[in-house]
Amino acid sequence: MILGFTIAQIVIAVVAGLIAIAVGLAKRPPSDLSLGGAALVGVLLLAQVVVAAVGPAVGNTPSGNPYEFWAYLISALILPPVAILWALIEKSRWSNVVVGIACLAIAIMLYRMHVIWTVQLA
Amino acid sequence: MTTSADARPRRRIRGVGLVLVAVYGVLALAATGRSTVQILTDFSEAPVAYTLSALAAVVYILATVALLGRGEGWYRVAWVTILFELIFVLTVGTLSVVDAELFPRDTVWSYYGLGYLLVPLVLPVLGLVWLAKHRTPGDEPR
Repeated sequence: MILGFTIAQIVIAVVAGLIAIAVGLAKRPPSDLSLGGAALVGVLLLAQVVVAAVGPAVGNTPSGNPYEFWAYLISALILPPVAILWALIEKSRWSNVVVGIACLAIAIMLYRMHVIWTVQLA
Repeated sequence: MTTSADARPRRRIRGVGLVLVAVYGVLALAATGRSTVQILTDFSEAPVAYTLSALAAVVYILATVALLGRGEGWYRVAWVTILFELIFVLTVGTLSVVDAELFPRDTVWSYYGLGYLLVPLVLPVLGLVWLAKHRTPGDEPR
């Protein structure tokens, strides 16, 4: 993993999550603003897949369990499309909150991925 | 409290309840991924903890499905599953504090779900409150 990219990803996921939740709590239906953030988070996760796949070949190897890392990454990848699809089907304000929670969950998963990749406490 | 009837077939869960389902869904995904890796890579290291992780995954999947499900049957399944979940998070959480030896590796429910921001502790309480408030027998279309 590349530290700067990971930090940028986490910041974007948190901001996108908070915006989506704020839009939802403001009783607004899903919009380009609330769903666009989640879409961006999803695209960045695809870039992370490339980074994590290529990294070991150029000397950037995970210090932790690679299976656990990939389990998190694949789980995270599933979230944006499912949340966005949900919001497109169920156009209620609560769908924005759902999308926001998905983004925040991804931020936490990215942090966990970073820990697995770099720090080994156990 | 009655809400205006939709033209669409009725689903018990709606409004803010959908957020509850979404959180259950995310936990189901996280617990499934985690337990799959744990069991496939080093099950022998902590069989009790890893079995519990797998059980947690099943509970969260079942709760997600039961909350979305229509009809009286799924309503009961949701009650039983979420009650079970609450009992487990309290039991495993307490055991992990009292006797850390028992769980050399973390489960979703260790330390009352602290590793998941205590969501596993709060969620079943919210789930049971939601179920209790939405006991509306007889409004299910056949």
